[in-house]
Amino acid sequence: MSGPLHKFDQPNSYIGRSVERPDASRLVEGEGCYVDDLQLPRMTHAAFVRSQYAHANIKSVNVDAARALAGVVAVFTAGEINAEVSPYVGTLTHLQGLRSPPQLPMADRVALWQGEPIVMVVAQSRAVAEDACEQVRVEYEPLDAMVSARQALDNDKARIHPELDSNTAWVKDVDAGDVSAAFSKSDVTVVERTFQFGRHTGVTVEPRSTVVEFNRSDNTLVFHYSGQAPHMMQAIIARHLDFPEENIRVIARDVGGSFGIKIHTYGDEIATAVAAKLLRRPVKFIADRLESFTTDIHARDHRIDGKIGIDREGKIVALEIDDLTGIGPYSMYPRTSAIECNQILNLTGAPYDIENYRARGTVVFQNKNMMCQYRAVGHPVAMAVCDSLLEEAASEIDMDVVEIRRRNLISDDAYPCTSASGMKFADLSHQKSLQRLVEMMRYDQLRKDQVELRKAGIYRGIGLVSMVEVTNPSPMFYGVGGAPISAQDGATVRLDAAGALHVSCSITESGQGTNTILAQIAAEVFGVDIKRVKVTTGDTAHVPYGGGTWASRGAGIGGESVLLASDALKSQVLEVAASILQTTPDTLQIERGVVVSSADGSEKISLDELGRIVYYRGNELPAGVNAELIATRHYKVSDFPFVFTNGAMAAQVEVDIETGFIKVLDFWVVEDCGRVINPKLVDEQIRGGVVQGIGGALYEECLYDDDGQYLNATMADYLVPMAGEMPDIHIEHVETPTSTSTLGAKGAGEAGTGGAPAAILNAVNDALRPLEASIFQMPMTPERVLNALRVS
Amino acid sequence: MKAPDILYECPQTVAEAVALLSDDGRFCQPLAGGQSLMPMMHLRLAQPEVLIDLNALAELDFIEQVDDTIHVGSMVRYTTLLNSELIRRHVPLMSLSLPHVAHSAVRNRGTIGGSTALADPAAEMPAVLKALNAVIVAVSQSGPREISADDFFQGIYETALGDDELVHSIKFPAATDQQRFGFYELARRHGDYAMAGVAVSAQSINPYTGLRIIFFGVADQPLRATGAEAALEGSMFKDEPAILEAQNALPADEFTGDVGVSVDTKVQLAKVVLKRALLAM
Repeated sequence: MSGPLHKFDQPNSYIGRSVERPDASRLVEGEGCYVDDLQLPRMTHAAFVRSQYAHANIKSVNVDAARALAGVVAVFTAGEINAEVSPYVGTLTHLQGLRSPPQLPMADRVALWQGEPIVMVVAQSRAVAEDACEQVRVEYEPLDAMVSARQALDNDKARIHPELDSNTAWVKDVDAGDVSAAFSKSDVTVVERTFQFGRHTGVTVEPRSTVVEFNRSDNTLVFHYSGQAPHMMQAIIARHLDFPEENIRVIARDVGGSFGIKIHTYGDEIATAVAAKLLRRPVKFIADRLESFTTDIHARDHRIDGKIGIDREGKIVALEIDDLTGIGPYSMYPRTSAIECNQILNLTGAPYDIENYRARGTVVFQNKNMMCQYRAVGHPVAMAVCDSLLEEAASEIDMDVVEIRRRNLISDDAYPCTSASGMKFADLSHQKSLQRLVEMMRYDQLRKDQVELRKAGIYRGIGLVSMVEVTNPSPMFYGVGGAPISAQDGATVRLDAAGALHVSCSITESGQGTNTILAQIAAEVFGVDIKRVKVTTGDTAHVPYGGGTWASRGAGIGGESVLLASDALKSQVLEVAASILQTTPDTLQIERGVVVSSADGSEKISLDELGRIVYYRGNELPAGVNAELIATRHYKVSDFPFVFTNGAMAAQVEVDIETGFIKVLDFWVVEDCGRVINPKLVDEQIRGGVVQGIGGALYEECLYDDDGQYLNATMADYLVPMAGEMPDIHIEHVETPTSTSTLGAKGAGEAGTGGAPAAILNAVNDALRPLEASIFQMPMTPERVLNALRVS
Repeated sequence: MKAPDILYECPQTVAEAVALLSDDGRFCQPLAGGQSLMPMMHLRLAQPEVLIDLNALAELDFIEQVDDTIHVGSMVRYTTLLNSELIRRHVPLMSLSLPHVAHSAVRNRGTIGGSTALADPAAEMPAVLKALNAVIVAVSQSGPREISADDFFQGIYETALGDDELVHSIKFPAATDQQRFGFYELARRHGDYAMAGVAVSAQSINPYTGLRIIFFGVADQPLRATGAEAALEGSMFKDEPAILEAQNALPADEFTGDVGVSVDTKVQLAKVVLKRALLAM
């Protein structure tokens, strides 16, 4: 613990301890309730006929045979579904210039990507619905597909949206300092590389899942979904299906992974809500794995020309990037598909003291599945580009990669400060984290071993990354641009008649342990045993209004709201206790469910007794005492647009130069996410993130052919990293609590994913350097490594 | 991803099973361990009218030695093979290959007969059968029929098996004292289908004689590399020029690529697996 001494550092507290997850045994024993576990009376099942082409006119659709099939409840054409929905547009005003045509849930006259829904079948079972889908006849007129971003950018005549003058959705420029002058100085070494990042996707264990109930008598709609942002979905459904917002109830119970995949507006899910309304019956839609791969949002897919200049002392004098990304046929609603590019422009070079920075981002439409925000949005690209350029430059001037970082990382006593791209930083620890990393990994020894092994024909490489992570976003992220996305979260904490605490909070649990840390915070701040805390999340009918779980905001924002509410409730309870005990609240404290004397710790009244008095025997309360055993508080970050965290990571890999296979031997992480609420949960989040990052670096890629046909839509062909190939991941923490909250917690959910690809990329190139080979394309498949070696 | 409605039969004897299979009017598909067929049915890539479940056929679940032959019933599961002393002692190439076959959950269900009948060109079993010159015993209502592994595998998911035939069992020649075996594969993740793999048997290795070198995961069927065998024949164990000559004598014309993997890469990987298998024999 390196943070300042704080009340949370006291013994016997919950914050900072690896408390066991109360829900773990329920989930492990198969007693979880995921959306597909819901069985409602009269429930029906949906399946979709989806476009077989990346770009095609839909000449005709014949659903007669499908409608006639036994067990089919209804067959809806795109026109029938779309008529019930007002169009949505994936733009935000603060992303100036971003454009995207209005979208509707299904493709009516023209299909713009393979997998776009065209016809919806609702039947007694999913199997029957799929049988009926096979009976639907769609006559297509295939059109030229703009598949690569470059193709879409260069080909202004073949426009994806004829109403737009080009396939470009957004262009953004950043220009700070004088980049050209800095590059042209005589003592500056300039290194240029082109980086390619493949598309990948989140691959949640539980796929996107929706069950929608409609109650005509009171015009209410219950939207059960496997998702991360219930209130956002409530607002979206209300807006676009024309319901009063309060008539929409969104429930996200157990969620089997989300990773950012489940915070978007998917046409098939909106269609499910429409079908339930039209049929007045519950409709279930569970995406199957094929649908997941072809329609869950994709991410990354950037091509970046990068250029760095360093002087003789290894100091970065200028950095320049030019990013081209293709986002599919629309900008996703409501978060937009420009955010990843925007993040890359914001974050490239962010850990370093760089005065001269120029960046251009170009976002184009293409005939592929839509791209949008997935875990560590933009970070893996930004970190890999800058830290790879930095290590390449270090090699040019023969400087050690740790040393060049020491000379360029923002100094730990420089905060608050602002980066060249305008990011505001506070409470970071780059230098300290790097030092801790170097010690933990025994860097010098690894370098010695590396030299010895090379003599034996073994090519090992060591790669580092210093990184920042965007966490705890303020309203400046989405809300300011007009999206119905809350940046604040609320918590209600209630004491019941038996002395137990009930917490409800607007952030959500998707398997990462949110509910556990909320219980820890409430138990500690209020003063009860954690076993007596019950947490409710994921139900708009039962939790305060708030943003949900994304952008590593749950602990930092939702956690703070629970802290504030628990603190407020404690004051209220102590007031009641004081009135019963005929003393003043400041002489009392709550410890482990008992009101005690703050002077000597002697027990005064237990909370269950207090609860019974208030709820059953209110007549015993002194006159005028109005006991409120419930408190609600909300919290948002207001001092900064985001609360950044930092970290340093390193990988050691071995490259088999005969096969191009890469084995990750070891991985080290030093992370500063501020106050660590539950070390085990934070470490596992980081490990999971690192594994997802390794996936992006080595394995995962959504592959399309030249016609826009998706090629690897099974778990056998789209390779997610498996335990057998993963290294040990060693984790240490530096704790610099954020001064924006009492809790001091920043986010930790995305750091691993954001940093790992850069470390792996650098390690691979370090291994290949003696062979004069290099690779700047992810994933680094054996074929690509072999090609790099063939070129050398 | 739900299979369409199908008819299901669960015969209790091989005779019943082949009688069901002889029905010309309906597309019948035997179900063994189901580790490939069930996903294919759910993806609707396989749409049989009748599923004939072989899992009740205890008479196909045996491993026995008859003189110099190890006779393995088609419903023997990978895990059983992996734990079999007879297999370990007399069919060591099989034992070398089995840890690479998927993961234990799949091996607990998957069967040798199922893999043989499916003839996935990237699977280990067809290559092992071919390297060992095994004999596949097919059975139909007309009785049993023996097919050599060389003749059995004919292409992607294509075999010499008739529509009315089941794989009854497989006969392996028991390994002699002089014989040696090698197996090596390169898979991105342990348990995946190999990007390239090789199964090798030799009557002797010092000098190399009577080699059978069978690649998998590189072509439309398990691919015998007779040129490489000839290059090695008669040379001494680990002889580098001979191994290099063998590497350069691969039937590259017959190689095919995969998604994201070119033929050139397949050839390079095949050379590597061959060398590594030979050196480990």
